[in-house]
Amino acid sequence: MQNFPTYSDNDLQSELSTLNLGPTHPATHGVFQNVLQLDGERIVSGVSTIGYIHRAFEKIAEHRPFYQITPLTDRLNYCSAPINNMGWHMTVEKLLGIQTPKRVDYLRIIIMELSRIADHIVCNGVLGVDTGAFTGFLYMMEHREAIYEIFEEVCGSRLTTNIGRIGGFERNFNDIAFEKTRKFLVNFRVALAEFESLFNRNRIFVDRTKGVAAVTPEMALSYSWSGPILRATGVDYDVRAMNPYCSYEDFDFEVPVGTSGDVYDRFLVRNEEMKQSMRLIEQALAKVEKEDPNIFHADVPEYYLPPKEEVYNNMEALIYHFKIVMGEVKTPVGEVYHSVEGANGELGFYLVNDGGRSPYRLHFRRPSFINYQMYAPMSRGMLLSDAIINMSSLNVIAGELDA
Amino acid sequence: MSKITNEELLQRVTAQFGKNVTNVTDPYGLLTVETSREQIIDVLSWLKADAQLQFIYLTDITAIHYPEIEGKEVGVIYHVHSLVNNIRIRIKVFLAEGDVNIPTATTVWNGANWMERETYDFFGVNFTGHPDLRRILNVDDMTVYPMRKEFPLEDPNRVDKKDYFFGR
Repeated sequence: MQNFPTYSDNDLQSELSTLNLGPTHPATHGVFQNVLQLDGERIVSGVSTIGYIHRAFEKIAEHRPFYQITPLTDRLNYCSAPINNMGWHMTVEKLLGIQTPKRVDYLRIIIMELSRIADHIVCNGVLGVDTGAFTGFLYMMEHREAIYEIFEEVCGSRLTTNIGRIGGFERNFNDIAFEKTRKFLVNFRVALAEFESLFNRNRIFVDRTKGVAAVTPEMALSYSWSGPILRATGVDYDVRAMNPYCSYEDFDFEVPVGTSGDVYDRFLVRNEEMKQSMRLIEQALAKVEKEDPNIFHADVPEYYLPPKEEVYNNMEALIYHFKIVMGEVKTPVGEVYHSVEGANGELGFYLVNDGGRSPYRLHFRRPSFINYQMYAPMSRGMLLSDAIINMSSLNVIAGELDA
Repeated sequence: MSKITNEELLQRVTAQFGKNVTNVTDPYGLLTVETSREQIIDVLSWLKADAQLQFIYLTDITAIHYPEIEGKEVGVIYHVHSLVNNIRIRIKVFLAEGDVNIPTATTVWNGANWMERETYDFFGVNFTGHPDLRRILNVDDMTVYPMRKEFPLEDPNRVDKKDYFFGR
């Protein structure tokens, strides 16, 4: 948005060079192609080409029963897959009118906030790598591993989790999961403080990031930005606070905002969000203890699979099992828009249902897709090396970009 | 939560546009109205500019295909959000299959650019006046609009996925 090169007719000018940045460039962390016109190291113009890993999720979703769409959402933002899973479950629950018990909500918040931390760890760590500091990234990866171990304990998988079911969780949390979460909170608090002391006042890092790719709130809103990058410009829009879902209204947390909207502010906002996420997890752990420890799903036999023992021995359970697996359950006709605060911004699900076994239309409002469209216009006039760290700080995930 | 209710919002909208806003519903608490393609940009820019409503945030543009509803086959759906009042509105415009032209919303929001390109890519909706209406996720030389209902999920001529290959 700034530092446009200005030339007069008397200046010595060389011709522009074209640089094909991507689709598989080691500095872009994903499948992104930008064809840049460069004047020396300054970008004169750029064109983004996306869609290299488009997998037609919206079309596939029209052919699958609701519970089989969850694994598709995993592969949107695969750095924080549980948020997508939960967002989808909550969308279907809103359509079906299922009220989940408080304990389910709190457990969901633990999982969602853990994955938000995992996502921010990667983003801020990689931003450090791109500015030349590998150490922070490596230190933080250890704690992402700890988060993945918690996911493993809860659902058995790590990256593409398929965690939870419509109505709750597929199985209850065990003691090890809670134990690991508590241990994570203790260790991660120390690590985050260390990470911040590595970067926040690091001269090289601050020089590289401060004032780079600064965006005004007006521009950010006009481009429909959401998430940490919008909040870094000073707009306090957070879905968790504005339209609380999943009992976020029971929690005490703050929405950190920046002032200048540059790469440095985005970094600080994400760090602060990780601290707020830890606060949320702590409160959720305390609240879970007050609830009945045996509740981990809503009582909706029509949509939630019965336990296997009952399927083998109980007629009613067998019928429900069959109906759910074959996608024969009745669903209300209607349309619903539900959004959750994903790690990158407002992740929305627009679901139109005609009462059949699969959605009539499902549209994902993918924050990466919408956030990324300003990338080429805002790169104009930037140095190539600044454009690289700008892309890191936008945290565009190729899976979510291309759906 | 929200500072104005759906009823108040609807009153403002109908006071401004009267009969041009039809089919008012509020499924799951989200006010949904239908308008015409002649009115849509007026509606959107009025919502954005109105000092009380301030719908400054375009959440999403997408489309839907109803091949069996004659004359209203393709619907373009806008989700707009007023951050100040914390209220959303969904606006729909239905177009006939043979005449899928609708003015672009890029004049109101920069962010509409890619959302409209995606809608064009998958439904073939022609956003007139759009600065750069090209395919975005699919390959440029694709000839079909894959999210239309008549387009099958898989190529029916494929022979490598026939059941007898799997002993069925």
